[in-house]
Amino acid sequence: MRKKKLAGIFMSFMMAAGVLAGCNSSSTSGEKDGETIKIGANLELSGGVASYGQSIEEGLKLAIEEINKEGIDGKKLELVTFDNKSDAAEATNGAIKLISQDKVSAIIGAATSTNTLAQVEIAQKNKTPLITPTGTNSTITFKDGVLNDFVFRTCFIDPFQGTVAANFASKDLKVKNAAIIIDSSSDYSKGLASSFQKSFESSGGKVVAEEAYVAKDTDFNAILTNIKAKNPEFVFLPGFYEEVGLIIKQARALGINVPIMGGDGWDSPTLVDIAGAGSLNNTYITNHYSSGDSDPKVQDFVKAFQGKYKDKSPDAFAALGYDTAYFLADAIKRAGSGDPEKIRKALEETDGLAVVSGNLKVNENHDQVKAAVILEYKEGKQEFNTKVNP
Amino acid sequence: MEFLQQLVNGVSLGSIYALIALGYTMVYGIVKLINFAHGDVFMVGAFIGFYSITILDLGFFPSLLISMVTCAILGVLIERIAYKPLRNATRIAALITAIGVSLLIEYGVIYVRGAQPEAYPGDLIPATSIDFLGVKVSSQSLMILGTSVVLMVLLQFIVHKTKIGKAMRAVSYDMDAARLMGINVNNTISATFAIGSALAGAAGVAFGMYYTKIEPLMGIIPGLKAFVAAVLGGIGIIPGAMVGGLLLGVIESLVSAAGFSLWRDGVAFVVLILILIFRPAGLFGKNVREKV
Repeated sequence: MRKKKLAGIFMSFMMAAGVLAGCNSSSTSGEKDGETIKIGANLELSGGVASYGQSIEEGLKLAIEEINKEGIDGKKLELVTFDNKSDAAEATNGAIKLISQDKVSAIIGAATSTNTLAQVEIAQKNKTPLITPTGTNSTITFKDGVLNDFVFRTCFIDPFQGTVAANFASKDLKVKNAAIIIDSSSDYSKGLASSFQKSFESSGGKVVAEEAYVAKDTDFNAILTNIKAKNPEFVFLPGFYEEVGLIIKQARALGINVPIMGGDGWDSPTLVDIAGAGSLNNTYITNHYSSGDSDPKVQDFVKAFQGKYKDKSPDAFAALGYDTAYFLADAIKRAGSGDPEKIRKALEETDGLAVVSGNLKVNENHDQVKAAVILEYKEGKQEFNTKVNP
Repeated sequence: MEFLQQLVNGVSLGSIYALIALGYTMVYGIVKLINFAHGDVFMVGAFIGFYSITILDLGFFPSLLISMVTCAILGVLIERIAYKPLRNATRIAALITAIGVSLLIEYGVIYVRGAQPEAYPGDLIPATSIDFLGVKVSSQSLMILGTSVVLMVLLQFIVHKTKIGKAMRAVSYDMDAARLMGINVNNTISATFAIGSALAGAAGVAFGMYYTKIEPLMGIIPGLKAFVAAVLGGIGIIPGAMVGGLLLGVIESLVSAAGFSLWRDGVAFVVLILILIFRPAGLFGKNVREKV
């Protein structure tokens, strides 16, 4: 009994110390009040899609370093990071903590649509701008005719990717019929597939086969044999890299050698490991940006990024993280203060801001109207093919 | 021609199920325990194979051997620590323990190395396709089928022609009587677990070679499917596991081929329900005495 009591007292001391320590670190970090503007980053730094969040953070840090060299009207940006562990409930907690404890002017994050959606309500209720660098699901900003006026994004949305892929197939590759393979457990995949089908059919193409699978399947030979029997000239495969890698490998082994195309869900080095560099030849993806783009803005970014992170090549997530910081900094400059409502208004009025991944222009649904790039895999390396403007 | 190709697809899928089901059925035959951790031993085998190929830089066959030996040890440990104390407890207690062990292995592996997938290097065994009557058969699926057949024959030999096999059959028939006859029951059961788990390890490496991608939860679905395969063939009967596995693979492929790819997993379990209703002893289930 006595031991328990002692332990209880000890524990409460420890907890009190912890709380005090927490207060301490958050109050000493800024310089003087009024000279820094706090920005929250709620990202997937660990867990299932950790590589997405880590890349975004690298891009963000680089951009903020650059912005702080000159400052925004003499003020500096201060980044407060929160790791949401790739978990939606944690993402919600993170948004609450960043707004109520750290008193940030705006939140950047999260990387995935699901974890961003988990923060939308909090941001709306507390009137704090929320910008997702890479959440492509269209319902994040606009759902059922209602605009989430404090929520923005730096990337394009899902239907646009499907349209770009359809146009590329019918105009550049000049194919007449296509097969579609859908991950039926993913809204992302279904969204891309339906916009692809719509655009492809309206430009005179024909979808000759449609097959589906669910995430975590490993054997796709049966559906691929069905597809092979229909002799399509092109396969559209919007999915995530784990299954996509296996599908491509098995398709090539069955002798399906036609072009295969997908979206930004393919973008991971693991894809090349799973599918094998040889099988990935003659495949394409739509993506937000390419480090091989000759645009001087892109090349300057790649150089700066490699200078800071030891020759690491920045992926699309890093580029969009970098762009998001500039998107926000530009709005803060025009708003003239760290006031969230003024920042929101300034973000909304963004029109034609040139960043690494194209020109940012916020439309009435708070979506971006911007270019996509098409990349081709050659011997396991992504190569820049074309840039498609909306 | 398309139908033939689908049959080939089904057989190569089924030979993986068969390979896992062999170990399942063996353990059940001796201790009457459905070892749900079997699918996770399969996963551990895949990872050990992967690490010995990538880190120790070994070839396919040495890695396969290392994986089989490690899994055999793991199997014996599981039996000694988790199942042996419950040998005289109710069967449901042992079954629940098996599920617990399964979760422990899955999340233990995630704790140690994280949940991210790994990809087997693709250049160990040449992945050529053989054209036969317009049907493409990959050399890797032939290798897996070959491995399962060889292992099945080997198992039959061990069970029917060796001394330890005789002991296994005796323990399976009547544990107490076997003990009275001077058979070391504990060692016999350990040997069963060792052989069964070694098979799971081999299946794990073969799976990694064929499908490339491995991850800590990869054992769940193949484990359950192998269980269905074992019941389909008649649980406890070695050739039954082989036939059940191949049959299940073919059924799944044909379901996908008919355009119901999303129903594929469902159909596998419908097969389980049907077999339990109409033929609980399984397809090969007549010969009760031959159980091992």
